[in-house]
Amino acid sequence: MSWDHVRAIAGADLRRLFKSKDYWIPLSLLGALFFVVIPFITLSVVGTIADTPFADQVTSIVGNLPDSIAESSPTDSPTAQAAYVIAVYMLAPIAIIVPLTISVAVASNAIVGERERGTGEFLAHSPLTTREIYYGKLIASLIPGYLATIVGFSLYSLVVNATLGSEMGGWFFPTTGWFFLILWVIPPFIAVAISIVLRMSARMRSAAAAQQSSSLVTLPVIILSYAVSARVISTPGSSAVLIGGIAWVIAILLSIRGAGKLKRERLLGVASET
Amino acid sequence: MNIPMESAIRFGSVSKAFGSVRAVESLTFAAPAGAVTVLLGPNGAGKTTTVRLTTGALVADRGDIEVLGLHPKLDGDEVRRRVGIVPPKPAFYDQLTGWENLAFASRIFGSTEQAAYEAAERFAIDDALLQEVGGYSTGMRTRLALSRAVIHDPEVLLLDEPTAGLDPESARNVLALIRELAGRGRTIVLCTHLLHEAEGIADQVVLMNKGHAQAAGEPAKLAGEYLSDPVVVLDAENRAALQSLERHDGVVSVSWNGSVQVTLDTLDRLPDLVTYLVNEGARITRVEPVGATLEELYFEMQRTHREATT
Repeated sequence: MSWDHVRAIAGADLRRLFKSKDYWIPLSLLGALFFVVIPFITLSVVGTIADTPFADQVTSIVGNLPDSIAESSPTDSPTAQAAYVIAVYMLAPIAIIVPLTISVAVASNAIVGERERGTGEFLAHSPLTTREIYYGKLIASLIPGYLATIVGFSLYSLVVNATLGSEMGGWFFPTTGWFFLILWVIPPFIAVAISIVLRMSARMRSAAAAQQSSSLVTLPVIILSYAVSARVISTPGSSAVLIGGIAWVIAILLSIRGAGKLKRERLLGVASET
Repeated sequence: MNIPMESAIRFGSVSKAFGSVRAVESLTFAAPAGAVTVLLGPNGAGKTTTVRLTTGALVADRGDIEVLGLHPKLDGDEVRRRVGIVPPKPAFYDQLTGWENLAFASRIFGSTEQAAYEAAERFAIDDALLQEVGGYSTGMRTRLALSRAVIHDPEVLLLDEPTAGLDPESARNVLALIRELAGRGRTIVLCTHLLHEAEGIADQVVLMNKGHAQAAGEPAKLAGEYLSDPVVVLDAENRAALQSLERHDGVVSVSWNGSVQVTLDTLDRLPDLVTYLVNEGARITRVEPVGATLEELYFEMQRTHREATT
């Protein structure tokens, strides 16, 4: 397998993607909404609700959380603790939902899109191996999602620290758990989702069908990743390493299997008729 | 034109079906190296499937395919490295520029950017390389597709309906470019359902229908085989004097549409026929034997095969 070929496929797809405003403007807005707007509004509101019935409700929730979570807050103020818990633990899963949505949107169109445009004909007649095509598509789908994670994560850090930093005694975010999540857990989860969706993209007759089906299939992955990310952030120790490790193994196995299943005929759009 | 005996492409009893549809059925033909072979047939004849089988993009259900001495099923990557293709509707990444598309192809085929630019120059698309392909006309896309197909200097070129959707002038230019490539010794397989497109360009014709090769050979030989009766165009100042030619020996039929077209059983009759008409008082102004066109050949072959199957 030639990695130069893989890079060529991924490079062409990414270049095309970043030139498509129809694609990246809505997804950028989605990222901005989840990483900036919602956190900013939520944390600003929570920080200003002291001595209200809603504040009492929030602090009672904090009181019911495990001690390790409540104790991780650098402040004793119940309202500030509530804001801290929301910032660090409750909004955490957005870090995985947004990149998954972005990567799945790219992957679902990756192979069926080649077929619909007719560019699959060129790829099918080229000396590229189907593995090279598959891995090129996988990388081209992974990078936008992960890039969104890094950029979104950085923006989210700015929002959290700017909103709550003064009450927490300075910059407190990101925490260790978040680093684990971003660097170790999110990449394999995105890869798992992409591996599944790429296989669907190869099998579906239209991009619209691939997108609808892939959103159904990836919903369990999103729910699972939501639960996992909350766990990783709250206990960033050996269990986080283990969860990430398992996710990596599954991602690698799925991608190897997916690469082996891609047939040249699928790029021409005739395999479904055979 | 001399056709080398060596075959660049050889199909032996090849079949390929998609479900219940038999796209290619026991197809046998050979494309000589360094010659232009035209796969001629109506839509659905199996031409595109034949092209796809040639590169190994599709795998045959039965039969044997050899391309440049290699088997596409086993040595597909090597075959595809040595073959260039222009698909029926050339597709590109529309958001990328012509140059980005060519550079992508160049990288995949292990060619150089210099070769990519030279290919674009050859097909006169170099001026538009910095434009996004989405803004290209059909003619520009075809020229870019031809550039992309030769970027790696392939030994075999497969052109599947390369003039589809082009205006007459662009189509003529594309055919001229194909002739130029043929002149440089490339093996070319041209798929078309347009008879005039194949006329004058084909060293060999493979007449396809319903996945079969109904006939194959050099156009002149096929004409001799299928069109036995030669046609001569005649005219005279006093056309009425030509009325008597129907009584002359060897005249098979006469058509009076515009010019007078006389079908003879053999061209050897022509001197006697002219002498006879002059003696009858005709003031002859035109005597022109008509070479068989590919169109006549095509319809005659179709008619012969229809009769043979009924």
